[in-house]
Amino acid sequence: MSNADVLLMAHLMRRAGFGANKGELDKLVKNGYDKTVDYMLDNDPNIPVSEYMIRRYQPDYGASLGSTTNGANWMYRMIWSDFPLREKVALFWHGIFATGYAKLANGKVLHDQIKMLLKHGLGNYQNLLVELSRDPAMIIWLDNCESHKGAINENYGRELLELFSMGTGNYTEEDIKEASRAFTGWTIANSDYMTLKCQRDSVWPYGRLSMHFEYNPDDHDEEEKTFLGETGNFNGEDIIKIICEQKATAKFISRHLYSFFVADEPPVPEWPYKEPNDPEAIEMLSKVYFDSGYNIKEMLRFLFKSDFFKSEDVWNKRVKSPVELVAGTLRLTKEFNRPSRDQYFTTLNAQYMGQWMMSPPSVEGWHWGTEWLDSGTLVERVNFSSSSLGNKDNIGVKEIINNIKSSLDSPIDSEKLVDASLEQLGALSTSENTRSILIDYADSNLDSSEEINDEEIAELLKFVGAMPEYQRS
Amino acid sequence: MSDKNNRSLVVVQLSGGNDAMNTIVPYNNGIYHDSRSSIHLTEDEIIDIDGSLGFHPEMLQIKNLWDERKVSIINGIGYPSPNRSHFRSMDIWHTAESESIAPDGWLGRTIREIDPEHKNVVTGVNFGRGLPRSLQCRGVPVASVGNLDTYGLMTDIQGSENRDYALSFFSRLYGPHLGRDVILEALGENGINAMIGADILSSANEKYSSSIEYSDTPISNNLKDIAKVIFADVGTKIYYAQHGSFDTHAGELVNHAKLWKDLSVGLGDFFDDLKEHDKEDDVAVLLFSEFGRRIEDNGSGTDHGSGGVSFVMGGSVKGGFYGEQPSLELSEQVEGDMKYNNDFRSTYATLLDQWLEIDPVPILGANYEQHDLFRKG
Repeated sequence: MSNADVLLMAHLMRRAGFGANKGELDKLVKNGYDKTVDYMLDNDPNIPVSEYMIRRYQPDYGASLGSTTNGANWMYRMIWSDFPLREKVALFWHGIFATGYAKLANGKVLHDQIKMLLKHGLGNYQNLLVELSRDPAMIIWLDNCESHKGAINENYGRELLELFSMGTGNYTEEDIKEASRAFTGWTIANSDYMTLKCQRDSVWPYGRLSMHFEYNPDDHDEEEKTFLGETGNFNGEDIIKIICEQKATAKFISRHLYSFFVADEPPVPEWPYKEPNDPEAIEMLSKVYFDSGYNIKEMLRFLFKSDFFKSEDVWNKRVKSPVELVAGTLRLTKEFNRPSRDQYFTTLNAQYMGQWMMSPPSVEGWHWGTEWLDSGTLVERVNFSSSSLGNKDNIGVKEIINNIKSSLDSPIDSEKLVDASLEQLGALSTSENTRSILIDYADSNLDSSEEINDEEIAELLKFVGAMPEYQRS
Repeated sequence: MSDKNNRSLVVVQLSGGNDAMNTIVPYNNGIYHDSRSSIHLTEDEIIDIDGSLGFHPEMLQIKNLWDERKVSIINGIGYPSPNRSHFRSMDIWHTAESESIAPDGWLGRTIREIDPEHKNVVTGVNFGRGLPRSLQCRGVPVASVGNLDTYGLMTDIQGSENRDYALSFFSRLYGPHLGRDVILEALGENGINAMIGADILSSANEKYSSSIEYSDTPISNNLKDIAKVIFADVGTKIYYAQHGSFDTHAGELVNHAKLWKDLSVGLGDFFDDLKEHDKEDDVAVLLFSEFGRRIEDNGSGTDHGSGGVSFVMGGSVKGGFYGEQPSLELSEQVEGDMKYNNDFRSTYATLLDQWLEIDPVPILGANYEQHDLFRKG
């Protein structure tokens, strides 16, 4: 297998998953690139491997948990799932349909929402929007339960158009009102009681209850509506159908997919004013969107197999989000083979770096790209990746050190050692400058008279974890 | 009053919902005793203030500062339509926005206002891991310090010589290079800033000397670290620390007493330390909590309520009562809680305008009536 194949596979795995070490990359390269893409997309495990294990450690898994425990369990799945793309796609949607614990005070409904995203996130986009509109966490988060026939609350109607599908500038204020009218009656069972429970943040008397979607025909506005130029007695499904037919929607979703999987785009609020990095790619993705009948899976299949994705120009052109950094590092170190308390505490690092799963800062979700970086969060990022990769007691690090040693022919020099380390950690590429600094460090650290020992390699891995290039994806 | 350039604000968040009624206690009010059949403090226990209100018995050091007129007590503080979820209510206090979900925190916006060009990477320093929402604001760097003794980059490298050696390589990795892309540029700039910030803060640690011996509790450790950075004169304007958990649904009498004891002792030492370093007039301390608790107890504790108490302390404050002590009469209650009578954003506005001398309107989004908290001249 050629080195170019390994580098390309490393790029694919950083984007479609949370990265892979050299041994894993070699296996995938043998299977072939296209087959790997298809396998990741088409394999549909009924039960994600780790669910039972999580339940063993968290008996109330999915019940009364708060955002932090929920996030830690999700992180466990990201670390160990054989289908990391599914988790990644759910994370993608969680960033867009950002729903937060602050208002819900109920981990159960958020857990259920993430499960919904896992189940429908790779499917038909129209269907996903219907599921989202019926999702109890979303109904409370954006107040659709407060929207009534004759007295609409526009919150959901507005964000559905602005943040979840079309983007600003493609509809009028009137369209927002009409969409909101169409979604009246889309509520949760026992909504007064449930919203009160959220406001009171009370576990009494029955704990944190599941919530269920309920359509209340008596509260639904049955009058005629005009939405995006079409007129009829529309219900929520009709609005979503019309939304999905729009070119703006195709472009908006394509741009989101590009930004998350290919290369960082500017923050969403700037989209109306800035052209995409690669307008042609967005065009092609939009075409697949219509040709496939709004199928996200087919859009991703096209994306991963496209020249614009494979091009070296976009390799490492994303800043790892905190969750990607933590999950990717823990997949290498393999230090948590159980969803233990320690794994929970380690997951908090993503929070320290600025990304608290299930608690996004606002309806807009997180701002990605270089906005993850500031002098405070970078201290957390560097210290986390450096200390995890440099801890030779971690099972995965031990394996990597052994593989580095066995891949080196004697006489060992610093150059070979640095190259082997970058290779084993997942075919990482660096600037020539970074590589030469790592070689200098290895030079000063290696005792040439003796055989190379694990401690010396671990010291070097600390620097690989600390180098700027490790912060990119 | 002190020179505005030397002033700083220390915010201590009392997480979990501090029971205002057992902090500033209406000890001779019959409704208080009737509603708190299990969780009440008696006239013999409290530290009397004015014949009707008293401090919690463990607030001895705060009482001493009160006697020196360095404590302002803001009773009945809150916001319209109280929310009793910890997360939402804390979010409201953090963002100063009670209607919608705001994207950033009021102190983050304050730091951006003070230092729009990020000339000083330690304008805001948080003590504790992870930034609270109040300090978050896009593009505004804030250092988060778990423990000043061990703060820095690559701290798992043992031995100061080894670490200095390692950091010399770190600075080469993040130093300026030709041919970088946007991402590496951003990493380079922030990497160097992180190193500078860590150096500034660890120098504060080295320079510190004091005769005060703080006790070994988390809040005292944080207050001591804050004092160190204040004395180092590195230009920090906003300090933040958290203390808790005040979520006393059960075992309140014991737990609440311990919480206030630790805080009161810590603040007593902190103010002694400030006095020793002649900094008392330069520092204002704000204590706040996301809500108060129910008027009626639940047998061993109290549940989430509304209407709280905040404190502003320092050598430059006037001292005394602000806001009003909410009536406990049934007709005056809000769903079994004390009713707020002054918006917390009035206190924020006062601190911004009168203390930090920056325009509060862009930060708080509206004009709020201010308290008269500080001595003039």
